[in-house]
Amino acid sequence: MTTGEAAARWRSGISLRTHGVYAALGIVIAFNLLFTPNFATVTNVRLQLVQVTPIVVVALGMAVVVATAGIDLSVGATMALAAATLAATIDRGPAIAIAIALLVGVLAGLFNGVLVGVVRIQPIVATLGLFIAGRGFALMIADGRLTEIFDPTIRSIGTKRLVGGFQAGVFVALSLTVIIGVLVRYTVFGKRVVAIGGSPDAARTAGLPVRPSLILVYALSGGLAAVAGVLATARSGAADPSFVGLLIELSAITAVVVGGTPLAGGEIRVMGTVAGALLMQLIFATLIRHDLSDADARMVQALIIVAAVYIQRGRLR
Amino acid sequence: MRGGGGLCPLPPRLDASVVNEPQLIEPVLTAVDVSKRFGGVTALDRVSLGLLPGEVHALVGENGAGKSTLIKVLTGVYAPDDGDIRYRGESVTMRSPRAAWDMGISTTFQEITLVPLMSVARNLYLGNEPRTRWRLLAVNEMNRKATALLRRYGIDIDVRRPVVSFGAGVQQMIAIVRAVSTNARAVILDEPTASLEPREVGQVFGMIKRLRTAGVALLFVSHNLDEVFEISDRITILRDGRCARTSLIADTTKLEVIATMLGRDIAEVRSTGRTSFTRGQEVLDGVVLDAVGLSRRHQLHDVSLSVRAGEVLGLAGLLGSGRSETVKAIFGTQRIDDGSVRVGGKRVRTGSPRSSLAAGTALLPEDRKAEGIVPTMSVRDNIVLMALPQVSRWGFISPGRVDRLVTAFIARLGIKTSGAGQNITQLSGGNQQKALLARLLCIEPRVLLLDEPTRGIDIGAKAEVQALIQQLADQGRGIVLISSELEDVVEGSTRVVVLNRGTVVGELDRDAIDEHKIMELMAAAPSIDAQAIDERADS
Repeated sequence: MTTGEAAARWRSGISLRTHGVYAALGIVIAFNLLFTPNFATVTNVRLQLVQVTPIVVVALGMAVVVATAGIDLSVGATMALAAATLAATIDRGPAIAIAIALLVGVLAGLFNGVLVGVVRIQPIVATLGLFIAGRGFALMIADGRLTEIFDPTIRSIGTKRLVGGFQAGVFVALSLTVIIGVLVRYTVFGKRVVAIGGSPDAARTAGLPVRPSLILVYALSGGLAAVAGVLATARSGAADPSFVGLLIELSAITAVVVGGTPLAGGEIRVMGTVAGALLMQLIFATLIRHDLSDADARMVQALIIVAAVYIQRGRLR
Repeated sequence: MRGGGGLCPLPPRLDASVVNEPQLIEPVLTAVDVSKRFGGVTALDRVSLGLLPGEVHALVGENGAGKSTLIKVLTGVYAPDDGDIRYRGESVTMRSPRAAWDMGISTTFQEITLVPLMSVARNLYLGNEPRTRWRLLAVNEMNRKATALLRRYGIDIDVRRPVVSFGAGVQQMIAIVRAVSTNARAVILDEPTASLEPREVGQVFGMIKRLRTAGVALLFVSHNLDEVFEISDRITILRDGRCARTSLIADTTKLEVIATMLGRDIAEVRSTGRTSFTRGQEVLDGVVLDAVGLSRRHQLHDVSLSVRAGEVLGLAGLLGSGRSETVKAIFGTQRIDDGSVRVGGKRVRTGSPRSSLAAGTALLPEDRKAEGIVPTMSVRDNIVLMALPQVSRWGFISPGRVDRLVTAFIARLGIKTSGAGQNITQLSGGNQQKALLARLLCIEPRVLLLDEPTRGIDIGAKAEVQALIQQLADQGRGIVLISSELEDVVEGSTRVVVLNRGTVVGELDRDAIDEHKIMELMAAAPSIDAQAIDERADS
């Protein structure tokens, strides 16, 4: 069997790379059901889901970016920008403030997209700019301070319990998962994005709109980061541009990779990404509950990331 | 065609009068019946080649002939599966290019591999720098030695300047000096002139001649036959991984070499019916594609061609003649400096594949793996890729319409697949090619640019693709066909345009098309215009 055939077989159907995350998630849940007291309680399930919400939302955008063989380091900074904008414009009413905050996120993403798609800077470098400058802008908007938000609508988004006792954020994340899933499977845009990641030269020869698609992909990632920024702000009741979304780009990339989307692009696993985010969240929570130190828990996370990338190595030449 | 004897004699059985000393001379570097396989593909099949001291030995062959594999076997990149590599009479095993280099076998590449911002002297002694007592770089000594070394080969330059400040010709010469500076006895020059301008080629040739006089064995890999005939003493021609012929340059002609590269016997009478082309009906209507004056520095010189509806225009030429560049320029995946393209009478923006597709021109690219298939996607997604807007509404794809379209094409072209959802890389080469053709046909193009549509696919699929091309022409489409298989061009085309070094050197119509004439045109040196154009552009 040639390497080509082996790679093809590897790619098709169910494999450790594509579906390992679900098995791992199952094992972690089973472990907790057996050994962790109070794991299967409503309160705990709610807590875990609420905590993982911003990561899931950001990771969905990240997955689309990664499918184009790109990466977006600026998502955390974009969350901060959205949070700061929300606080600064809240006087105009919650709907307008949220709209502006999301718009700012989309604009930040458009900026990245132009750098990647038109100026043709490597994604990791292109998004490094806003990764550094974005949080600075956010602090500027917020005058360098944490701003409490008293608006009742925003507050209720973060705290009010809806169906099943879950907050709005959980439902937002759920709907976005469905929307992104439909986007990549059933829209022209989604298919083109995956094709561009799979083979940029083939995409060009097939006459696909490579540049506009890339710009939109980063705009989508920026918009989703802004959604996460609004949700995080609503939950804590304050816009904290110094800390909101700090290091979330790493959690998001982890969720994407652990979920089976190859960093080489050309494929996307939406449900895998959500499962990846849940897995990392649960592992961390489990280790803490079983009295491992925060530092040890991080090392275990690191091991899992390395293992996930190792499993993917078959695709990278 | 067994290596080692017959058509590919190994020295010293060769008449050694070609070299300076009139006795039998032991070759420096010899490959004896070397074979190399990659998976199921045989890249080299019992190839033999001997490099004599003081000779320039040309190595030629079309794409896939095995040139680069042979070079890699000779320089320690690959270990041969079978056969023997001998260096100065002894059988050797080279574990790496570094080991070969240390032994005395060095290589230079088409893309110059020097560190651009370092000085010439530092590049020459990279990894091998003279040091002072305190282990510091002995800069003055290094510069002095470098100057002396380069002077020996007739290069008089300031060795303290960075490499980038010199032209490509000087850079290539520096690379060659570096290759021989470690007392190499065999030097492999892999397309040393490919990125050079005419006057720089002269400089590099001067250098090669000095090395020959010094007794170095040189393997000169090139696809430029004019250069091969100018500089070489002997020539080895590879075809399909086999050694097709080794002879003295003086004993052969360009036409013979071309015929051997293409697997033809000059004396052979052209027989028809080797392909599934049936040279079709009368050409129907007016011109569908009209390209005028396509020019791109060093690649294309004022190339013009037109295609009428229902016509298959064959583009013939050797590797590097500008065939692929021409169709890429027409389609827009390659930018041009000058020229215009009209489709159906309307001018198309050049350099824009999207405009070409909108005008009805589609390209089947030469490199199926890199520019054709999307390896991460299914057969279905690959086929429907260009037609997505037609099977969707408001940006949402209708799975039903996709399935109907894809199923129809899988049936029509006879694509063998376990299902439309199968990953495209799991299909055979021929079926991948059919899927790509289906992708183009989905958008009903008026003009099809087919670059090597039958390469790397098995005989059955080849016949089917040929028949399909014929059928598409009969439907009134204009087709430009490129093929390294001469019989495809001869039997499939209603008209043939022959390219040589980026220039149109001839055009043959219908009954005038025959292999011999095409090969003669391929061998003819292009008119002086091409060089004149280049030189005008330089100044």
